[in-house]
Amino acid sequence: MIKSNLLVKSTRILRGIGKRMIERTWRLGAGARLFFLTIIYSGESFRRFHLTLREIYFTGVMSMMLIIVSGFFVGMVLALQGYNTLQKYGSSEAIGVLVALSLVRELGPVVTALLFAGRAGTAITAEIGLMKTTEQLSAMEMMAVNPIARVIAPRFWAGLISMPILATVFSMVGILGGYLVAVPLIGVDDGAFWSQMQANVDVRADIINGLIKSLVFGIVCTMIALFEGFDAPPTAEGVSRATTRTVVISSFAVLGLDFVLTSFMLVV
Amino acid sequence: MTNNIVEIDNLSFGYKGRLLHKGINMVFPRGKVVAIMGGSGSGKTTLLRLIGGQIKPNSGEVRVDGQIVHKQDRDGIFKLRRKMGMLFQQGALFTDLSVFENVAFPMRELTDLPDSMIRDLVLMKLNAVGLRGAHTLMPAELSGGMARRVALARAVALDPNIIMYDEPFAGLDPISMGVICDLIRSLNDALEATSIIVSHDVKETFLIADYVYFVANGVVVAEGTPHDLTQSTLPFVHQFVHGEKDGPVPFHYPTANYQSELLNQKQSHK
Repeated sequence: MIKSNLLVKSTRILRGIGKRMIERTWRLGAGARLFFLTIIYSGESFRRFHLTLREIYFTGVMSMMLIIVSGFFVGMVLALQGYNTLQKYGSSEAIGVLVALSLVRELGPVVTALLFAGRAGTAITAEIGLMKTTEQLSAMEMMAVNPIARVIAPRFWAGLISMPILATVFSMVGILGGYLVAVPLIGVDDGAFWSQMQANVDVRADIINGLIKSLVFGIVCTMIALFEGFDAPPTAEGVSRATTRTVVISSFAVLGLDFVLTSFMLVV
Repeated sequence: MTNNIVEIDNLSFGYKGRLLHKGINMVFPRGKVVAIMGGSGSGKTTLLRLIGGQIKPNSGEVRVDGQIVHKQDRDGIFKLRRKMGMLFQQGALFTDLSVFENVAFPMRELTDLPDSMIRDLVLMKLNAVGLRGAHTLMPAELSGGMARRVALARAVALDPNIIMYDEPFAGLDPISMGVICDLIRSLNDALEATSIIVSHDVKETFLIADYVYFVANGVVVAEGTPHDLTQSTLPFVHQFVHGEKDGPVPFHYPTANYQSELLNQKQSHK
C-alpha cells in the first residue's frame, strides 16, 4: 500500500516536471519564432523610421534619467570601495583604471540591462499585453495590418539601438561620479587618475567588448519583453504575471549571458 | 458573381476536445443586414473570427466573395480582410492615437493616399458618425458610446464590402444604442455593404436586421426575418425573444441533484 502510494506520488512529480519542461520548451520555440518573424517583418521599421524613433524615445530617452542617476552613484561607490582596497597596497592612483574597467567591461552593460528590463522592458510587456487584452492587436489583424511589423519590430529595433547608448552613458557618468569622489573628495592626483585610465583601458578589449555585451543584452531583454507581452493571456492577471516574468527572465538571462560572453571574450 | 458575399458551409469548429459549432450553414446576401443571435458562449464571436480567417475550422468551410478563407495563405487572407471592416465589442481603439489618427490608421497603413486626402476622408467618416468635433480627443476622453462610434468610423474607413459587428449594443445607454442602431443601418445602405451583427440584444437587432440566425448548442436552431421569429413558437426562440428565465436554456448550469449534493457535502464534512 505504502509502496504504491509512493509510486503514485513520484509519478505525479515526474509528470509535473515533464509538463513544465514541455511548456518551457514550447515557449522557447515560440519566442524564437517571434524573433525570426520580427527580423523578417522589420522592413517596415526602416521604411517608416518614425515608428522606431518614437519607440526609441519611450524606451531609450525615457530611461535616460534612471541610467544617469544610477550610473553616477555606482561610479561613486566604486571609487570609494576601490580606494579603500587599493590604498592598502599603495596603488591608490590606479583608482581611475579600476572604476573605468569595472564600468566599461561589466557594470555598464549588466546594470544598464537590469535597469532597462525593469524600466523599459516592463513598460513594453504591459503595453503589448494590454493591447492584446483590449483587442487592439486583433483589430490590427482584421485591418490586414501585421502587428509584428507595426508593433513588435519598431520596439525591437528601438531596444537594440537604445541599449548600447544607455550603457555608454552609464559608464561615462559612472566615471564622472568616480572622478568626483576620487579626486576632489579623497584627493587622488588628477593627472594620475586620467593618465592611468588612458593607458590601461583598451578600445577593442574593453570598450568594444562592453558594447557587444550591451548589444546582446539589448536584443535579449527587448525580445523577452516583447514575447511576454505578445504571449500574455488577455486578462489583468495574465498581463501582471507576464510583466513580472519579463523582469525575472531578463535578469537571469543577462547574468547568465554575461558569464558566457565574458568567458568567450577572455579566451579570444 | 454569387448573390451571397459570405457563405458558411457545414462548418464545425472546436478546441480542447469540445465542439463549439457542429455543422453550421449560413448565407449572407449582398447588401443585407444579417444578425447572428444566441446566448453567451454559443460561439457567435467565434463565427466572426472564422469569417475573418483568424482561426481555422475543423471541417466545412467559410467562403468570402467565393474564396475559401482557410485555404488562403497570409497574403490571401490579408487581401480578403481589406474587403472587411470589423467593430469590436469594446471598440479596440488604439489608445496611443487620437480619434483622428485612429480613423486614419487603415488609410495610412493600407493606401498611398496623400495627407490632405486622408484628412478629408477622416473628417467625412467622423462626420457620418457625428464625431467630427471630437477628432482631436484621445480614446481615454471618450464615453463608451462615442468610442464605439469612432470604432465604427474606423471600420468603414476604407468602404468595406462586409462590416462585422461584435456585440455593438453591449453596455451602451439607450440613446447611444439608438444612435449605433441607426448608424449600422444607414452606413450599410450608404456603402451598399453587407453587415453581419453578432448580438443578444433582441429589440435593437430586430429593428435593423433583414434576416436573423439563432445559434444554440453548436447548430442553427432557427432562422428567418425578425417578423417571423417574433411570431415563432419554437421553445428556444420564444424563450430568447421574450427573455424568459427558464426554458430550453435552463436557469441552472448542469450539475448533480441539489438534494443529494447537499447531503453528500454534509457526509464529507463529518
